[in-house]
Formats: sequence, C-alpha cells, structure tokens
Amino acid sequence: MKLQKNTRLALYSVLEFAADPARHIAASSIAERYDVSPHHLAKVLSELARAGVVESVRGVGGGYRFAANARRLTLLDVIQLFEDFDGRDERREGGDDTPVGRALATVLEEVDEMARATFATITLATMLRIVERHRK
Amino acid sequence: MRAADLDAVIAIDTRVTGIEKRAYWQGVYKRYGASRSEGRQFLVADAGGVVAGFVIGEVRDWEFGSPPCGWVFAIDVDPDARQAGVGTRLLAAICAGFRAAGVTKVRTMLSRDNRLILSFFRSQGMMAAPFIPLEMDA
Repeated sequence: MKLQKNTRLALYSVLEFAADPARHIAASSIAERYDVSPHHLAKVLSELARAGVVESVRGVGGGYRFAANARRLTLLDVIQLFEDFDGRDERREGGDDTPVGRALATVLEEVDEMARATFATITLATMLRIVERHRK
Repeated sequence: MRAADLDAVIAIDTRVTGIEKRAYWQGVYKRYGASRSEGRQFLVADAGGVVAGFVIGEVRDWEFGSPPCGWVFAIDVDPDARQAGVGTRLLAAICAGFRAAGVTKVRTMLSRDNRLILSFFRSQGMMAAPFIPLEMDA
C-alpha cells in the first residue's frame, strides 16, 4: 500500500493542524518538519482549504488552522481529496479480459475493499491517538 | 444484566437493526445473561433506571489457534443516548471482566460496511487483528 506524495503530505498536514486546532501553523513549519518543498506543500494546503478542512489565517503569525471535526473526518475523506480511492480503476490494460486478468482483478479488489474499510473507519481523532502511541 | 432488562435490550436492537429477534435474544440471555460462569458477560448500561446500551462477550480458549482471549460479540447503544460515552464505558466494563478472567487481549469481528461501529472500536484503540476472516458458498 502506497499513497501518492500529495496525499501523504495532506495527511501529515491535517494531523498537525488537528493536533492543536486553535493554533495557526505556518506552512513553512510543516514543510521543514516533513522535509518537503514549501511550494509543493502550498498546493496541498490550498486544496485542503478549498475543501474546508483547514482555513488560512492572514497577518502576523498567520498560516493555517484546522477547520473540520476531527471526530468525524476520516483518513479516507482526506485521501479522496487527492486520489481516487473509492472507485474501480477503469483504465484498461493488456490481459484484463483474460481469465488470469479477471482473477487478478478479483484479488486486487479484495485488497482495495479492506484498505477502504480501514481508511474509512479511522477518524483524525483516532489517528492522533495512534500518533501518541508512536511517541512513546 | 437482569431478566427484566431483556425487553429494553430487544427494543434497542430492534430500533437499530429494524428486525425484532425476540427468540434469538432470549437464547442469548439464557447463554450469557443467566450464566455467570466461563467468562461470559452480558452487561447493560443503566442510565437512571433506563437501559441505554448493552455489550456481550466471553472468553474463548484456543479458538482459531489463539491463546485465550476475550471476544466482544455485540455492542450497541440506544441512538438517543449516543455521543455520551456509554459505548466507551460498556467496552471498558467488559474489558475489566476479561482481565478479571485472566485474559489481556480483546477481539471482535464485524462487517467492513459497518463503519459506525468499526469507527467506534477504532476510537477505542482496536487495530486489525492477525486473522483474516474467509467465507465460501457451501
């Protein structure tokens, strides 16, 4: 299981904001912590703001802050802002219509179903508890 | 869990699932509510004399090759009493019972479509167990 770079960046950012919802966090601070390009991160934060997950705060000490409900927003909600995780991949590849191709698709769909069920049932609040466990 | 609580448990289940299963619940009560042995537990949350929720489980030994552990078979909270920590307290109570019975691992299994209850168990710290449920047409 591998998430796209933007998706991982979005999850890192959202969890930073949700951990302290009242605090404005500068994008540069997140870029530094996760060793990513500020320019790349800006695009991700802009998309999160457009979706109402975070809101930008202008002025001195500005940045972004959390604007969603951490007990309701799931990992899947965030992931789906950046990649299509809920639908079948409609791209056709050579071999798809062979018995082996169809069998492989069945197995891959089983894996995807489990991944979706996992991401859809871990809220940001739950994820923050898991993060805490990894600090110890 | 008292015999007098059974109607309230059936009412909560009927409201949540849309199907009344009285005979099933009477059997469950006989096996888990009336029985105080073998690590079986059928607990209800009492909110001022009103049953606000229930949880059922038991200790099972070496099932699926696993050392003894506690299994939670059912947990539900009256929709009007949710978001108040009732489910959390029910799970804590049954876990205390499991610990008293000498086990430290608690497991459950439910439909992967049941996102509400899956999210609840996740919020309580449950992670995927090292088992994969399988099925086939008999």
